[in-house]
Amino acid sequence: MKGLKDLFTAFAAVVLGLAAGAILMLAIGSNPFEGFSYLFRGGLMNIERIGNTLATATTLTLTGLAMAFAFRTGLFSIGAAGQMLMGGLTATALALSLNLPKWQMLPLILLAAMAAGSIWGFIPGYLKARFNVHEVVSTIMLNWVAYWTVYYTIPAYFKAKLETESARIPDYASLKVPWLTEIFKGSFINLGIFVAAAAAIVVWIILNKTVLGYELKAVGFNRHAAEYAGINVQRDMALSLGISGALAGLAGATFYVGYAVNMQIGVLPSQGMDAIAVALLGANSPIGVVLAALFFGVLHSGKGFMNAMTGIPPEIGDTIIAIIIYFAATSVLFTRVFDWLKARLRGRK
Amino acid sequence: MWEIVSSIFPYAIAYTIPLLAASLGGLFSERSGVVNIGLEGLMVMGNFVCAVVIAFLQPSLGTAAIWLGLAMAAAAGAAFSLLHAFASINLRANQIISGTAINMVATALTVFLARTMTGSGNVRITLGFIPFDVPLLSSIPILGPLFFTKTYPTTWLMLAILALAWFALYKTRFGLRLRACGEHPHAADAAGVNVYGMRYAGVMLSGALAGLSGGAILVTFSGEFNGTVAGLGFLALAALIFGNWKPLGILGATFFFGFAATLANVSQVVPAVSKIPGLVLKAFPYIVTLLALVFFSKTTQAPKADGEIYDAGKR
Repeated sequence: MKGLKDLFTAFAAVVLGLAAGAILMLAIGSNPFEGFSYLFRGGLMNIERIGNTLATATTLTLTGLAMAFAFRTGLFSIGAAGQMLMGGLTATALALSLNLPKWQMLPLILLAAMAAGSIWGFIPGYLKARFNVHEVVSTIMLNWVAYWTVYYTIPAYFKAKLETESARIPDYASLKVPWLTEIFKGSFINLGIFVAAAAAIVVWIILNKTVLGYELKAVGFNRHAAEYAGINVQRDMALSLGISGALAGLAGATFYVGYAVNMQIGVLPSQGMDAIAVALLGANSPIGVVLAALFFGVLHSGKGFMNAMTGIPPEIGDTIIAIIIYFAATSVLFTRVFDWLKARLRGRK
Repeated sequence: MWEIVSSIFPYAIAYTIPLLAASLGGLFSERSGVVNIGLEGLMVMGNFVCAVVIAFLQPSLGTAAIWLGLAMAAAAGAAFSLLHAFASINLRANQIISGTAINMVATALTVFLARTMTGSGNVRITLGFIPFDVPLLSSIPILGPLFFTKTYPTTWLMLAILALAWFALYKTRFGLRLRACGEHPHAADAAGVNVYGMRYAGVMLSGALAGLSGGAILVTFSGEFNGTVAGLGFLALAALIFGNWKPLGILGATFFFGFAATLANVSQVVPAVSKIPGLVLKAFPYIVTLLALVFFSKTTQAPKADGEIYDAGKR
């Protein structure tokens, strides 16, 4: 029943978000049917665009999993953006300084990015566990520290011509592979998609089939009860944010040395905030996160096409996502409607 | 050394003021028991509305348009914060998620609207406030150059609001009730206080002040709406905690951030500072905040019911 309720909530939030998008399109004098048709065609109309949608969803899946994992432990980390940057910076640094065969390079990059992200996640986890520093504030602070670290490190050591971006990631270090690019007719898709799929499975196993996952969820439900039952709450909180950070670090690697061709400075990746939407819409379950990431992937990769065809500003995509989060946050409304519907249906029988 | 300090002081104050406004806004909201991490978004909203009002009315109204823009920014912030209030007070939403949604809606929606208006997504104003020297006071030695030269009208406005906020919180019936709702809403309710009403007031005040803060950024040092306030809203939130949820503490914390950030921004032109790596200067305020939280987290006095949903049926 809970699964059905989550599905109903997510569906209602999406419908209301799209409806709000339609109202906005009407408000600026555009035709919403035309707008949405181009938006979805932009994300799905041919194999190349489907590839781009999948590539966008790859990063969102990983950051969404990172969020969901922390949420399950009752921790509201909003540090995915900073962890992504640290993972991406580590990946970029390795890609530009080592020269190994691709089959050695890629695992090394992915592992290093995971390690960097998990350190960046473990710090707020440790501060929370040891000093009771609120994770929202500490992750925000660390996001900006990561932002400035990238801002100064890339131009100092890894730039090519421009001051604002790193040198191009060489082919032997990129997650893009010719056979995948060819199947999808030259889109941004890369090996990250397999990483994301594997991560979703691993997160599902950790949460549902291991003692650690059981403990983490127990801490999320009721920290004091978990402590009373003999669970090491402090260790689990630090560990949870560390694992969450590792997932976000992986997301950084798939984005900066897979999706993109180099690392830009002065950008706090928007996937950090979008990930909250992904996790929330996906009800913090791995399968839900994957579905939500795919949906947002369509919106993100279709919005440019829609803009080109209709002149509706591409920010409509971000606005719809933001409104969906708002409605997902106020899900108690839908829960009441759902319960009311259930009672009605039962009454009729 | 004196040269450096006195030359960057006016800029540091100009940078501090919007932070102070937003942080005071957060104070009202959190003292009433509602966490508002949507400050950033509310600031962007204020920034946008202020820019639009000024861009349209400046040709006909002149300087009056700036004041009108600031007023509209505050009104827009208050109106937009109703979304957060409704979600977190009536619908019992997770306040942090609702605040995040506010941030995302504001940044996406304002750029969306700006793009339909101007095509580029930026709204530029031709003229903001021009800094002025306060007559007489600016010629006082030491204090004059620090506090009374190159000041903006918004600085004096905000200091007045700070005094008013202190008075309202600690010396009025409203303030006592507001604080009671943030400490122990059930007791406040039992004493006849309308908890929902107080929390609405707290959130809307935070919206108005954050909106005003966004407007102040525009009319003092930025001069352009470009869809972001560069994380100042989050910094304001940190200043609120750093300042221990007290008006004067907030003043100290925001000024510290303002000074540190200005020092980092001008480091290239000041020889004494330019030897310090840019990364250290830029990351300094954030790292100090983290350290301060580590040292003070045991003794800080967050409002007891901060972030807790008020459910009258629960005891």
